[in-house]
Amino acid sequence: MFGIELSMIWAVLIAVAVFLYVALDGFDLGVGILFPFAKDRHERDQMQAAIAPVWDGNETWLVLGGGGLFAAFPKAYAALMPALYLPIILMLLALIFRGVAFEFRHHGRERGRKWWTVAFSAGSIVAAAAQGLILGAFVQGVNVVDGVFVGGPLDWLTPFSILVAAALVAGYALLGAGWLVYKTQGELFERARAWVKQLALLTAMGMGAVSLATLGVDPRVTYRWGLTMTSIDWSTFIVLAPLPIVAGGLCFLLWRGADKGQHLQPYLYTVCLFLVGYVGLAISLWPYIIPFAMTPQEAAAADNALSLMLWGALPMLPIILGYTAYVYWLFRAKVSDEASYH
Amino acid sequence: MEFDALLLSRLQFAFTVGFHIIFPAFTIGLASFLAVLEGLWLATKKPVYRNLYLFWVKIFALSFGMGVVSGVVMSYQFGTNWSVFSTQVGSVIGPLLAYEVLTAFFLEASFLGVMLFGWKKVGPKLHFFATCMVAFGTLMSAFWILAANSWMQTPQGFAFADDGTMVATNFVDVIFNPSTPSRFMHMVLAAFLTTAMVVAGASAFALLARKAIAESRIALRMGILMMAIVAPLQVVVGHESGVVAHEHQPAKVAAMEGWWETQAQQPTLLFGWPDEGNETTHAAIGIPGMGSWFVAGDANAELEGLKAFPKEDRPPVWMTFWGFRVMVGMGLIMVALGVWGAALWVFRRVDGAKWYQRALVLAAPSGFVAVLAGWISAEVGRQPYVVYGVLRTADAVSPVPAGSIALSLLFFMVVYAIVFTAGALYILRLMAKGPDTEEEPPKDTREPPGSPLATGVKSATDKTPASGEA
Ligand code: HDD
Ligand code: HEM
Ligand code: HEM
Repeated sequence: MFGIELSMIWAVLIAVAVFLYVALDGFDLGVGILFPFAKDRHERDQMQAAIAPVWDGNETWLVLGGGGLFAAFPKAYAALMPALYLPIILMLLALIFRGVAFEFRHHGRERGRKWWTVAFSAGSIVAAAAQGLILGAFVQGVNVVDGVFVGGPLDWLTPFSILVAAALVAGYALLGAGWLVYKTQGELFERARAWVKQLALLTAMGMGAVSLATLGVDPRVTYRWGLTMTSIDWSTFIVLAPLPIVAGGLCFLLWRGADKGQHLQPYLYTVCLFLVGYVGLAISLWPYIIPFAMTPQEAAAADNALSLMLWGALPMLPIILGYTAYVYWLFRAKVSDEASYH
Repeated sequence: MEFDALLLSRLQFAFTVGFHIIFPAFTIGLASFLAVLEGLWLATKKPVYRNLYLFWVKIFALSFGMGVVSGVVMSYQFGTNWSVFSTQVGSVIGPLLAYEVLTAFFLEASFLGVMLFGWKKVGPKLHFFATCMVAFGTLMSAFWILAANSWMQTPQGFAFADDGTMVATNFVDVIFNPSTPSRFMHMVLAAFLTTAMVVAGASAFALLARKAIAESRIALRMGILMMAIVAPLQVVVGHESGVVAHEHQPAKVAAMEGWWETQAQQPTLLFGWPDEGNETTHAAIGIPGMGSWFVAGDANAELEGLKAFPKEDRPPVWMTFWGFRVMVGMGLIMVALGVWGAALWVFRRVDGAKWYQRALVLAAPSGFVAVLAGWISAEVGRQPYVVYGVLRTADAVSPVPAGSIALSLLFFMVVYAIVFTAGALYILRLMAKGPDTEEEPPKDTREPPGSPLATGVKSATDKTPASGEA
């Protein structure tokens, strides 16, 4: 009995880690996605300075998500990673370019600098798209028999996963634009506001399309939302219908926030928007850790491993969140030319 | 040789982890070095220490960034390429890796931001604290990952569950398995030595080029001090590693030493060409009895040779043998350079010793060579097992088609070649330039509202009006 509870606790913890990754590194990647739209080198420097002190900590949530999956749900990890082999490698390679470009952009000379500027942006775009492909392939379900992946190397490449990838790139760009509104001033601030407004629209469309397409992925999802091909189970649907409505409301709020020139609100509304999408997804896929193939209980590590980790996570996570918040607070000021140490 | 998924996965893992370890080997030592420099600066307020700090922190930032991105790759490879391994041992070493993330990676990554970008934002004490946290984080991280690796070398404290996977029976036994203490010590000392060799080499280069004289003199002496103390210590700890390895992985030690026959008075080979086909080591030049004496403490002890093990349980000999020799050779060179430097220091001749300085420049990469050689020896010597005696490497590989792995390996090689060549170039450029000794006039701060400076928090440089920004 206790085992079931432990595996559920860990499923929730890992879900939280992944969400924090999306909310935090999402804006880092988003800033990279917006790089090509900056006016000049000075503006790009400011954009990078807006995330430079925190990106590494943000990316660590990805390591916790992946490492946590390995540690808490080794069987799910072992089935998923081979299935998603190519997009994961693609993401890792892209993250390499994105990550080193923070430093390299300042050390390259003329040509090198241009190259690392492109690498930063391309790395961010490809990493975001690869994460979308991974998410899409995950939602679609993975061909697992007896805990082993038995599908083909390109199973992840479908119209659905490409749609998710496009939507996620737009969503990350929105997070990035929201962050820039919060962190910049002057001309760049104005430009970022305009980006937020445009991207809010794109993201709303992307989320809508992905939501509808998800209903078509598997009859079990449709059923979960109280829908079948021919009828609607109103008692279920009514309970869940607020989610899309809340999402629409959030899109409007963040659009208006950017319009009125609010600073932090557009980013926060975007995070809420992501949260709504995330909860919607969790509802669709409950109770699977690999959709339609494996539940957390089936995938979980031994109880003593889970409880040992819980004893570590219970004190450490609040501490981590504490010093992370403290670092954000230290760097709360809008970026200025003073920010760089180079 | 057929390029199947197994071989490709092994190549890919060896390639990516080999690249990764280059950076931790340097950043672990450098982080501690930076903490010492900043501590000295806070204590003495001498600008040389600050100049040195600001110089090495740039190199640190570059190396650390490359360490992070190559490390993230590693953490996913357990699943992408060794999924059966992951299922089998997840319940045993998974928690160790989780603890690494929780206690080390977040600490490093968060305080790195303060360390690099907080110089003008936070007070000097807090900045020093951030540097110390980063240094502490690197050591914690090394501890957990080495505990995991040591368990794979000398597994204990586990049992098999009903579904055939391994579970821990006692996590204290898992974490503190027989080879954890010596491996952790050996690796930390290796990291300190690697850093010492680089710092000494770069400082010697600056002195030879007559740049940043005051800074380079101090850094050179710090490097020599480290070398002189730690290199001999490393020989002792390395010996201890060998004793532990012999007790738990005798086939590995036999391969390291190039022994085939089981006999008393095993030699220490200075040179040799192991030949697995004919089960012999050609052109062996060695000192009889010394091997037995090193490993068992008794020149007459009878120790097992490779023939005592079935063929399918023997590691590849050539790599293990030569990896070991290269590592020990580098170690002895470091000992010699340490002694030489200490002697020059005693006679107050360090600054003028051109030949010594040239030798140091030449030896600057020796730490990296030794670390890579040491890991190759230790890991190849563990073969054909991934968890020694329990799980064979051949049984641990993912069900991924060879084509996918060939593709990913190709991409890794191209990307790593581009990225790490550029990184090395930038680091070498910085080193060639040397520490910045120019005293810039203090900048007037036009910080916008809301910035820590404007709210009255003193910046690190405010406390020392005599010195400027770097
Ligand atoms: C002896 C030390 C050592 C060894 C053997 C390894 N690492 Fe490492 N790793 C470090 C020491 C380190 C380090 C010192 O903590 C980092 C931080 C930056 C750096 O240069 O190295 C690092 C970074 C680092 C990161 C990024 C952390 C972050 O985001 O801040 C990951 C995910 C890994 N490593 C994972 C691994 C894996 C899966 C390994 C085994 C195959 C491995 N490392 C071997
Ligand atoms: C960072 C320094 C390390 C280096 C340079 C290194 C090097 C290598 C090499 C050369 C191999 C290939 C051996 C062969 O196939 O013949 C290998 C295999 C492997 N090592 Fe390590 N290793 C390191 C650390 C670790 C750590 C810390 C772990 C685990 C926690 C680990 C786990 C593995 C695994 C799972 C394999 C795959 C089995 C195989 O390829 O044979 N290694 N390593
Ligand atoms: C000169 C005397 C040295 C001796 C006798 C020695 C001995 C050993 C032995 C026996 C191992 C294998 C341990 C195992 O597989 O369990 C090992 C591994 C290793 N050595 Fe050395 N070593 C020496 C110097 C060095 C130096 C100078 C460095 C680096 C600066 C170094 C770095 C390493 C590394 C990174 C490993 C792999 C990790 C490990 O297994 O500990 N060694 N060494």
